Amino acid sequence: MSKEWPLWEIFIRGQHGLSHRHVGSLHAPDAEMALKNARDVYTRRNEGMSIWVVESAKITAFDPDTAEQNFAAPKSKVYRHPSFFEIPDDVGAM
Amino acid sequence: MDSLVTFCLRMGDTTLILGQQTAAWCGHAPVLEEDIAFANMGLDLIGQTQLWYEIAAEAEGRGRTPDDLAFFRTERQFLNAQLVERPNTDFAHALMRQYLFDAWHLPMQEALCESGHEAIRDLARKSVKEVRYHINRSRDLIVRLGDGSDESRAKMQAALDALWPYAADLMATDAVEETLAAQGVLPDLARVRRAFEAETAATMARATLDIPANGHARTGGRTGIHTETMGYILAEMQQVPRSYPDARW
Repeated sequence: MSKEWPLWEIFIRGQHGLSHRHVGSLHAPDAEMALKNARDVYTRRNEGMSIWVVESAKITAFDPDTAEQNFAAPKSKVYRHPSFFEIPDDVGAM
Repeated sequence: MDSLVTFCLRMGDTTLILGQQTAAWCGHAPVLEEDIAFANMGLDLIGQTQLWYEIAAEAEGRGRTPDDLAFFRTERQFLNAQLVERPNTDFAHALMRQYLFDAWHLPMQEALCESGHEAIRDLARKSVKEVRYHINRSRDLIVRLGDGSDESRAKMQAALDALWPYAADLMATDAVEETLAAQGVLPDLARVRRAFEAETAATMARATLDIPANGHARTGGRTGIHTETMGYILAEMQQVPRSYPDARW
């Protein structure tokens, strides 16, 4: 077993109504210490009112080498964006 | 000296010297995350010092500023508890010193939230939130490392053996506290001592550490008597403002 503490990804919500945003990562022996460390490392300047920590190893992501097959196709499909509708003026901001 | 001024210096000097000692870990703590946490705590304590010195300076009425009190007094004029001047021998000593301080500081600040002195009450209500976090963190680490590996337990026990006698100095009182208690400025300090004893007994039991039973107690800091480390701390802390007294940031 590695002697290094596992890596944790840190998510912070800045205000009520906003969603948690990924702000960075840190090392900690367990989730409770990860929370405490996140409080010290990432909320020193009043950035947050809620913190989530997730062990980095628990996150599943696509291999970057497969980006083309996963993400390239929509680039040529502009019709998937709702930008072809004429919006009447009196609808206001959407 | 006026009792109120003396008490505020006893409090402010204790938070200042611990803040200075804690800040010395910046760049040296065992891991980056602990490094930042210690620096944060040190800054909280130095911020609280500023508030204590403002109350002391105003009560004293000699036109001294918080900076004057921090940088232009000598060792015998510092009234901090001896515990906080004990050296940064290793991280176990630094953590144990912090925890023993926190175990006294939290009930003290909670009690001061009901002080009859308005400025002290305001200070306590602001600081107590910081202090709750400090002990939450230090208690957790004492338990983890005490009830950890053989090596971590040995280091924590050595730190407890070395520092426990100095905890008495946090709670040492004399006529100053009695006068202020009679005036309603200070709460019943016996309550703070009982809270300290209950807190440390429960935590050390969880941490599988033994509180020394020999009853040794070291006091004197509250009247300006310090240990051999104090002069070095002041020399480092005061060197720049004493060399360049008119320097401005």
